[in-house]
Amino acid sequence: MTGRIHSFESFGTVDGPGIRFVVFLQGCPLRCLYCHNPDTWGHGGQEYTADEVFVRALKYRNYFGDKGGVTVTGGEPLLQIDFVIELFKLLKSKGVHTCVDTSGITFRGSDAECVKKHEALAEVTDLFLLDIKHIDEDACKKLTGHSNRNTLDFAKFLSENGKKMWIRQVLVPGYTDSEDSLQRTRAFLDTLDTVEKVEVLPYHTLGVVKYEKLGLEYPFKDVEAPTKENVLKAKRILRGEGEV
Amino acid sequence: MMQYKGWEGFVPGKWSNDEVDVRDFIQRNYTPYEGDSAFLAPATEATKKLWKIVCDLSKKEREAGGVLNADTKIVSTLTSHGAGYLDKDLEKIVGLQTDEPFKRSLQPFGGIRISESALQIYGYELDDSVKEIFSKYRKTHNEGVFDAYTPEMRAARSAHILTGLPDGYGRGRIVGDYRRVALYGVDYLIKKKEEDKLGMSGAMTPEKVRDREEVSEQIKALKALKEMAASYGCDISQPATTAQEAIQALYFGYLGAVKDQNGAAMSIGRNSTFLDIYIERDLTKGLITESQAQEFIDHFIMKLRIVKFMRTKEYNELFSGDPTWVTEVIGGMGVDGRSLVTKSSFRILHTLDNLGPAPEPNLTVLWSKRLPLAFKRYCAEISIRTSSIQYESDDLMRPEMGDDYCIACCVSCMRVGKDMQFFGARANLAKCLLYAINGGKDELMKDKKTGKPMQVSPEFMPITSNDALDFEDVKAKFENMMTWLAELYVNTLNVIHYMHDKYCYESLEMALHDTKVRRFFATGIAGLSCAADSLSAIKYAKVYPIRNEDGIVVDFRIEGEFPKYGNNDDRADELAVWLLKTFMKKVKSHYTYRESVPTTSILTITSNVVYGKKTGNTPDGRRGGTPLAPGANPMHGRDSNGALASLESVAKLPYEYSRDGISNTFSITPNSLGKED
Repeated sequence: MTGRIHSFESFGTVDGPGIRFVVFLQGCPLRCLYCHNPDTWGHGGQEYTADEVFVRALKYRNYFGDKGGVTVTGGEPLLQIDFVIELFKLLKSKGVHTCVDTSGITFRGSDAECVKKHEALAEVTDLFLLDIKHIDEDACKKLTGHSNRNTLDFAKFLSENGKKMWIRQVLVPGYTDSEDSLQRTRAFLDTLDTVEKVEVLPYHTLGVVKYEKLGLEYPFKDVEAPTKENVLKAKRILRGEGEV
Repeated sequence: MMQYKGWEGFVPGKWSNDEVDVRDFIQRNYTPYEGDSAFLAPATEATKKLWKIVCDLSKKEREAGGVLNADTKIVSTLTSHGAGYLDKDLEKIVGLQTDEPFKRSLQPFGGIRISESALQIYGYELDDSVKEIFSKYRKTHNEGVFDAYTPEMRAARSAHILTGLPDGYGRGRIVGDYRRVALYGVDYLIKKKEEDKLGMSGAMTPEKVRDREEVSEQIKALKALKEMAASYGCDISQPATTAQEAIQALYFGYLGAVKDQNGAAMSIGRNSTFLDIYIERDLTKGLITESQAQEFIDHFIMKLRIVKFMRTKEYNELFSGDPTWVTEVIGGMGVDGRSLVTKSSFRILHTLDNLGPAPEPNLTVLWSKRLPLAFKRYCAEISIRTSSIQYESDDLMRPEMGDDYCIACCVSCMRVGKDMQFFGARANLAKCLLYAINGGKDELMKDKKTGKPMQVSPEFMPITSNDALDFEDVKAKFENMMTWLAELYVNTLNVIHYMHDKYCYESLEMALHDTKVRRFFATGIAGLSCAADSLSAIKYAKVYPIRNEDGIVVDFRIEGEFPKYGNNDDRADELAVWLLKTFMKKVKSHYTYRESVPTTSILTITSNVVYGKKTGNTPDGRRGGTPLAPGANPMHGRDSNGALASLESVAKLPYEYSRDGISNTFSITPNSLGKED
């Protein structure tokens, strides 16, 4: 089986624990207004077999240490869930730590076959980085073009199946940083049992260049990066670290 | 067994039994330190005041356009100038290159024209009598070299396929064992050299005559060193009795070397653990406090920071500034498994806090997995704060060099006092590939007489077809061209080092070596990644030559993709390995001066910019005149798989073929090393 791949990063230090080999898969159904990787949205990419990617990743095994391993991200990697499962099976056979960075958008809880597939994935995945775009369905639609229902369902699914997850929230001033919505996100997290960590990713403008290259209009021209104080505050709320 | 007052309290051994063996002294007497940095002392008032004087002078120097004062008349020798001070009452370690701080000395033995033009740039006029002496009566290294150069050597040099050659400046890279001055005192060192000289008897072959003359020069230099120290009121004829005396004596040794030589790299060796033995002895006896110990080290380092040479604009361009490469190595592991980290390893790094960050001295930590954790943490802390530490792999070098080696310049390792090297700049392999394509005609330079492209090598068969370049054909031609280049390169260096020994001999530095010294013949490679990518393009894509009106290939049209060095892709990386091995094998096949051991390096840290200027368009798509990559780095922006992939490519280059060192310039922002929580 082949996967469509955008690129590789041999020294990933921000997508999961330790030093990681990161595979960026091509393609994403979401159109997050702040997306910093618009070049991974569409079709294209280069095709690699799971075996080829496996061999590439293993070259860096010496660097993984106790914590590191392989992360697949994108795009939305679970658009190519079969490929990810095959790759992770290979990696698990060598004891490599595996991690998926996803929005959970592909998870349809009412579709038995789909659930089964995600169960198969969960079996070979050590850690999920789950990106909750917005706790409100309407706000999420505005921000990404899609409902957040699949995401929240997927979170519950992972919790019920005892799978570890790190929750990620991109902090965009005026969009995702209201105290109220952050507190409701926290309330949702309180219903989950397997959340190991909550990461706040401050919105940045490093992706603007890519929009220009792709000839796309950048929708967030007027949005600035959040202040340090606001990032700190969001962290405290989302991590349930008491009053601010 | 000899007895000196300075040796009281030291464990005797081979080192004290009529043999010069500093390593043995260290091994028997040092105290490894596993603790943290909590014991360190801040800068004293005297240190702060002195450092302010240095900062004020530096500011004045910058305002004056780079040089504050320069000697135009007195030729620098160990004893040419009287004592000079920053502030005599405050300095715990004394000694300046001339009689005033920041006054640059006149060192014309490398070449009088260079001395003259360096002075002129900064608005100084060389004294007429000096000019006359060094033009009429006293030959320089530079003049000697050009007397012996062949036309081919001159052509290769002006076309810059051989480049940065030390034929007009001091070759440097020789590191005296300055510790010997402190441990043994100069009188004993002279006695040993005299014994060595006595042993040089029998048939007076040219070699033996030269050896005898050189040892005599060394003895004279040692005597002059004593005299120099005496002008500061210090007697260094006997072994140092205190820490302050030891640091002072060691520094005098180094100071003598920089008064004698304006070398491209004037490194200082491996001193902190040696000095720690003296400091520990004084601390234990209650003679000094930690604050005083740190003050001695601070004042010593301060002196190393203000070492200055008079250099030309071209020189500064080549090296992107005015580096002195006062490299001091720190730490590393002993072959017996003990770490060589002492409290003074911390003290010397602590100068970066007490005096602030600085590029000189080039503090270099010999890194091993097995170094004490607290020391590793301290290094990381200082690196984060000051970006002023260089790291090198002790685990890679120790098996071959033992545990008492130092680094000359940035990566050249040598056993202290036992090895020296003939520095040989580098051959430009990217340009060599273009020569292979054009049959040895330069792609940029014209013959002054005919106006046609300059034929630098003998006329090799060029590539005449305009089809896509055939990999096997290019590779075979390239290998032939490397055969020519390697021989020419080695012979050029043979000329240079013969003349340097003859007219600009490093008598003091060599006096602080064993008389029977191992010599390295240090060649170097520039343009490795550019040449490797070019071969990869020819092999995996289609590369069409584009010719000018003279039929010279001056550009290339590339169709298709090709793997690039720096992505941990064996297809490209193997080509880089092939280049290194092939060139080194060719270098090794030739006679090298004074039975020296050929080595090579891939370490152009800044000069890659200048070398790139003299190299035309290359088959990898690099534009003519743009920089080559520094050292063994991948070409800029071509490593697209992240840091580890890039480093893994470099790590494939076999060290045994590049024993003089491989450098990779690598910067990373703190954020890309991970998140804080």
